[in-house]
Order: sequence, then structure tokens, then C-alpha cells
Amino acid sequence: MLKRFAGWTLAAPATLVVAVFLILPVAATIATTFAEPGGVFSPYIAFFNSGFRRNVLWRTLQISLATTAISLVIGFFAAYVVARAPGRLKSILIIAAVFPLLTGVVVRSFAWLIILGKNGILNNTLTGLGLIAEPLSMLYTQGAVIVAMVYLFVPLMILTLVGVLENIPEDVIQASSSLGASPAATFRQVIFPLAVPGLIVGAVLVFTGSFTAYATPQLLGGERQMVMGTLMYQRAMVAFDWVGASTIAAIMVVITITVVLAMSRVARRLNPMAT
Amino acid sequence: MPNRIHPGLIGFTILVYIFLTGPLIIVIGASLSDTTYLTFPPQGLTLRWFENIFEISAFRRTIVTSLQLAVLATALALIVGIPAAYALNRYRIQLPSWLSTLFVLPILVPEIVLGFSLLKSVAVGFGTPIFATLLVGHTLLVLPYAVRVISASLASFDFSIEEAAVSLGSPPLKTFFTIVLPNVRSGVVAAFILAFITSINDVSTSLFLTGPGISTLPIQILAHVEQFFDPTIASVSVLLMFLTVAVMAIVERTLGLTFLAK
Repeated sequence: MLKRFAGWTLAAPATLVVAVFLILPVAATIATTFAEPGGVFSPYIAFFNSGFRRNVLWRTLQISLATTAISLVIGFFAAYVVARAPGRLKSILIIAAVFPLLTGVVVRSFAWLIILGKNGILNNTLTGLGLIAEPLSMLYTQGAVIVAMVYLFVPLMILTLVGVLENIPEDVIQASSSLGASPAATFRQVIFPLAVPGLIVGAVLVFTGSFTAYATPQLLGGERQMVMGTLMYQRAMVAFDWVGASTIAAIMVVITITVVLAMSRVARRLNPMAT
Repeated sequence: MPNRIHPGLIGFTILVYIFLTGPLIIVIGASLSDTTYLTFPPQGLTLRWFENIFEISAFRRTIVTSLQLAVLATALALIVGIPAAYALNRYRIQLPSWLSTLFVLPILVPEIVLGFSLLKSVAVGFGTPIFATLLVGHTLLVLPYAVRVISASLASFDFSIEEAAVSLGSPPLKTFFTIVLPNVRSGVVAAFILAFITSINDVSTSLFLTGPGISTLPIQILAHVEQFFDPTIASVSVLLMFLTVAVMAIVERTLGLTFLAK
């Protein structure tokens, strides 16, 4: 009798913590957006009727898609080299990728304030070299947010993909080259397709992370480049518009979960190693 | 080596690694500069910005709060997470498969949404103290690391060893602490470190949960940057980085870092 429930008993505390402090509060946040006197969907109609908020959503999508695409390309080629590096060099390269990952988001975004500021390193170098006459305004642009986000997520992408690329059996690659494929053809036709599921996992991590980010867009984009995260904070804590903030929260949850579910289906279908 | 790497790719990877490490070196350099504004390369060397951290009471207080939160949240997550990870492996047949997904839900739900929802439902709804709500948020945030990492090391544990001990008369709880737990020690250490680092660096969950008088170090840094742009911020950042190095040195010592790549 006791044995039959042993598993549930042991799993109960963690299950309760997640149910009570995550599922219920988040469900409550989403539920309040449907209980407005103006009608079931009125907060959503208000969100999409506002040109400003539509712009914020659009900008957030642009920034996260650009970040994802750039991180994928950089991460894939770097991970390919890391995965083929000899033993000791490989561990150094992995540690060098882990270290920034373990350094906080605030610290890593702040670094770009020093680099991209009006009197920052980049402007000083460019004016010093005589390439530009006046310092450029690089902060508080979409580009600044994207650069810092790419910086944030490339290590994650490298680590995800090194694991995937290492799991590609050496025989498969050897078979391809001994059958006459050039290194470029092996790369395109064997290694890349086998890495696709890993690329999808990495892309999902980067997209959801950058879509819901707060600290980086706040520091490098400010008011001028408002994104969903910073808009949500502004609605809740500056305007005290909790319904508006909850609506943004609900839209974020729906988009993240849809992307995760859709992409994990695609990953499963595209996995060439599966039967 | 049958597969030579194109030299262009190697050059590209070197550039990527300069991109990855450069900004951190710049922060370290800027923290040592003997100027009242942030600059790199540093002009003159000084450690006074590090002393300055401890002269600002807001930093002193938030460093303590962040350390307390990280230790307590990690401990709580391990206390509820270890039995859950054990159950997921030992009683796999009894438990539904969605349960393991439930424990990673805190990663799936945007952190900022979790923070806001805890503010609405728990802090405002029940009037819980600020620190308690922060602790709830951080515990949830790090729970997936506790469950997943320990679950992964339990997956390679041979439960017949445990059965042998029990059949020889060892009580279940004693068996767990003397047989099972020592075998997954490295998993527990890894989970502890990942959880600790996640908690101490967190912004998005804490954002809505800090209040008058109680804040965390990353949130305080964000607030400070908006008002002052002096090297103190760089030195606080370096302090956080050193904490990371220290924690990583422990990982490296105890189990090697390659597990992080998995």
C-alpha cells in the first residue's frame, strides 16, 4: 500500500511548489485579462488597436529573430571548429564559452554600454583613426540591442551545438569522404543535416530568451527601443495598468509556448537519425 | 586527420572568441581606471572603486540579500528537488510522464511573467514579505536545475545496489543517505552550482519582487547605471565575475567542466 504511493509522496513537494507558485499565479494573470468589463477580448483588442504597442511587438519579434539568426550562424561555425579541436584546446574553448554564460546578463549588457557609448571605446577608436569626424550615436538603437543579445546567446548556442556535433559518429563522416565527397560536400550533405535538430533546440532557446528579455533592451535600448519585456514593466510599475501588463504577459506566454511546441515537433520530424 | 578544418573557419572562430572575451576584459580594465568616468584602456590603476562598493550602503545590503537568496533558494530547491528526481527514476512506472515536464516548466514560462504573477497573486494577494516572495521566485527559478541535473546522474545509478542494502536490513532512509546520495554527489554539486549562479545573476524574476529596502545586486546595478556612470559599476561587475570564477574553480576541481556542454 505504502509502496504504491511512494513515488507520488516523494514527488509531491516539488509538484506542489510548481503548481501553487507557478501554475496558479500565471494562470490567474492570464485569467484576469478575460474578465474585463469591456468584453472577453477587450484588453487584446486594445493592445492590437494601439499602433505604439503593435510596434513594440513587431520590434521585439524583429530583434529576437535577428538575434536568433545571427547566433545560429556564428554558433554553428564556431561549434564545428570547437568540436573538431584536439582535446586540451577543446576544453579551453569550452571553458571560454561557459565563462561568459555564467556571468550575469546585467554585467554582460553593461559591457556594451562601455563599448558603444558616445565616449565609448568604439567611438574613440573610430575618431582616433580618423574614420569618423563626430562620435556616432550607437546606443539606444535596435542594432545595439541586437549586438548585445547576440553576445549574450552565442555561448549558449556554441555549447548546445558542440554537444550535438560531437554525437555525430566519426564513421559517418569518414564514410562520406572515403566515398569521394569533398570536405565541403560532407559538411553540407552529412554534417549539417545531422545537426539540424540541435540547431532547432538552440534557436528555440535563443528566440524565447531574447523575446522575453528585460535587462539588455532596458540598458541598451532604453525608452526609444521599447520591447515586450520593458513595455510590460512600464505598464505595471510606472502606469499601474495591471490589466495591460497581464495582457502583455499572456501574449508572451502564448508566443513562447507555441514556438517551443511547434519547433520540437519540427525537430522530431527532421531528425534523420530517427527511424 | 581525415577532416581538415578550413583555415577561414579557424580565423572566424578566433574572431568569435575575441568577441566573447573582449567585453569582459574591458569591464575588468574599466574597473581599475583612476578616472571618475568609465573608460578603457584604464588611465592609471587603482582599486578604490572596489573600496567604493562597500561604502555605498545599497550595494552592501544587496550583496548580502543576493547571497542569502542564492543559498536559501538553492537549498530549498535541492530539498524538494532531490526526492522528486529520485522518484522520477526509481518509480518511473508509477508516475505519469508529464511530471518531468512539469518540473522544467519554470524554464518554459518567461521569467518576467513568473515575477509579475508572483507579485500579483502572492505578494499583493497574500501580503507576503518581500524577501519571502523573492525566495519563492528564486526557488522556482532554480528548481529545474536541481531536478534535471540530479535526475541525469540518478539515471546512471544502479538501483540494485540500493535493493541489496535494503534486503540486507538497512532502513530505507539510511540507505538513501549512505548508498544513493554519495553515488550522485557530483550531480548534487553541479546542481548546487548551476542553481546558485542562476539565482545570484537573476534579473527578470526579481524585477517585480524587489521593494523598498530590499533589492538584489543585479537589480541594484541596473538602478545605479541609470543614475551614475562611474567605475563602481564596473568593479561590482568584476566582483560578481570573481564569484563566478570561484564557483567554477570548485566545479573544475570536483567534477571537470565538460558536463556543462551536455
